[in-house]
Amino acid sequence: MSAIVQFENVGLRYGLDSETLSDVSFSLAGGGFYFLTGASGAGKTSLLKLLYLAQRPSRGVIRLFGEDVVTLPRKRLPGFRRRIGVVFQDFRLVPHLSAYDNIALPLRVSGMEEGEIDAPVVEMLNWVGLGDRGQARPATLSGGEQQRVAIARAVIGRPEILIADEPTGNVDADMARRLMSLFEALNRLGTTIVVATHDLPLIAQVSSAHMMRLDKGRLADPTGSLRYPPRPPQDKP
Amino acid sequence: MMATRADRRAAAAARHRLLPGGRLAGPMPWIIAIMMFLTVLAAAAALGLGAAVRSMSADLAGRASVQVVEADAQARDQLAARTLQSLRGADGVRAADPVDPAKLADQLRPWLGEAATSGDLPVPALIDVMLTPGDTDAKLDRLRRLLSGLSPKLRIEPHAAFLLPLAGLLTALGWLAAGVVLLMILATGAVVVLAARGAHDSHRGTIDVLHLMGSTDVQIARLFQRRIGIDALMGGALGFSFAALVILLIGLRLSATGSDVVGAVSLDTRGWLLLVALPIFGVVLATLTARWTVLRALGRAL
Repeated sequence: MSAIVQFENVGLRYGLDSETLSDVSFSLAGGGFYFLTGASGAGKTSLLKLLYLAQRPSRGVIRLFGEDVVTLPRKRLPGFRRRIGVVFQDFRLVPHLSAYDNIALPLRVSGMEEGEIDAPVVEMLNWVGLGDRGQARPATLSGGEQQRVAIARAVIGRPEILIADEPTGNVDADMARRLMSLFEALNRLGTTIVVATHDLPLIAQVSSAHMMRLDKGRLADPTGSLRYPPRPPQDKP
Repeated sequence: MMATRADRRAAAAARHRLLPGGRLAGPMPWIIAIMMFLTVLAAAAALGLGAAVRSMSADLAGRASVQVVEADAQARDQLAARTLQSLRGADGVRAADPVDPAKLADQLRPWLGEAATSGDLPVPALIDVMLTPGDTDAKLDRLRRLLSGLSPKLRIEPHAAFLLPLAGLLTALGWLAAGVVLLMILATGAVVVLAARGAHDSHRGTIDVLHLMGSTDVQIARLFQRRIGIDALMGGALGFSFAALVILLIGLRLSATGSDVVGAVSLDTRGWLLLVALPIFGVVLATLTARWTVLRALGRAL
């Protein structure tokens, strides 16, 4: 499959500090399922920020969907961002909007007519098991429910890449398993999934996933092709 | 597919939900109401004083008074009659009318008391002269020569000469009011910039989320410009309504004075239309300023 994401010698520095990410190079194939692991502070969130275009790198080249996004004019960024769904570590639900309105946000941003919004939002609410909580504000939802609203919002626009930052950090083991099942279902529909986590048992649930490991801002597996769980020796080419 | 009216209503409601805070909830509409109130009053003053100066100039430009300064009443009346006849036949004079001595005495009574009508005081006879339009100075010179040939006891005073300082004062006040209007417009723009920046900062979280979902700067700016435009519309309407009421009341008081000069401070239809245009201009100014401010702020983010 062709690469949907390519990083070449990417470095990221905040202000005058030392580099948070150094010489990061990898490529992600379209339709793949990737885990990004590493200890806290290894640079997972920074790498994801580069991926969902919240940050430009200090150096290096990033290609998304075949285009160099580092030199991309600012006005063209929204078009790329609409092709990416993000589940933030802190959910980032809009607090004064209902679950329904939060999920509908990407559709409204993309300019969909109001009359066409209701059906997919209701479908998505049911899909994440919140069919009866549509009018609830985020503050009245549990952590797991907020997580599911965030996921529903990230996937409702049928993104080509879904990026999730520690999506199971606030939910119990059962909910974590269910979330992974959701991600696998999306992946089967063709969405490229990138999940940042340091929860190794979670990674073990997805047998088809590749794993990338960050260590102090450097990618321990520069090919981005490590599998988890590791393949048996006889399977290796 | 064409959006239905219900669609548009639902979309507007969704946009409204995105930026919380009800209408007239914050200080913004009230501040705009106060500024619009003061702006409309200042503009009305500028327009009214301008109208007064124009009216006064038009009235005075071709008018003069001829004084017959003769102590003897009988000789004064005879000289006044001869002068009137000469003036009526003179070139460049449209009309010449004697001022009624009773009216003159009424006007002098506040200063001279009953002596003004007793005949004991040698009050000059007055002739009101209206010139034909154009070349006033040359016509006045010709009349001076004509009157000096008739009698050395005749004097001519162009009205513009003694009302010139008042016209100058009214003009200066008119410009001052226009300056106040300009300053108020600038202040309104500054208030909108501050309000838009404040709104942008307080909704930064929502803006970040919208940006990351692919919202364009224009989409986000539109949310703010709509909100601030509605605030400006409500504040502007409120401020204008109160100002219009005050202007009407002041107009009634001015006309009650019975003074020609004060009564000339008035607003015609064009003046009222200009005043009505102020809140509309205010809404457009607020909307465009909010858009510009938010777009500039958004342009600093990725």
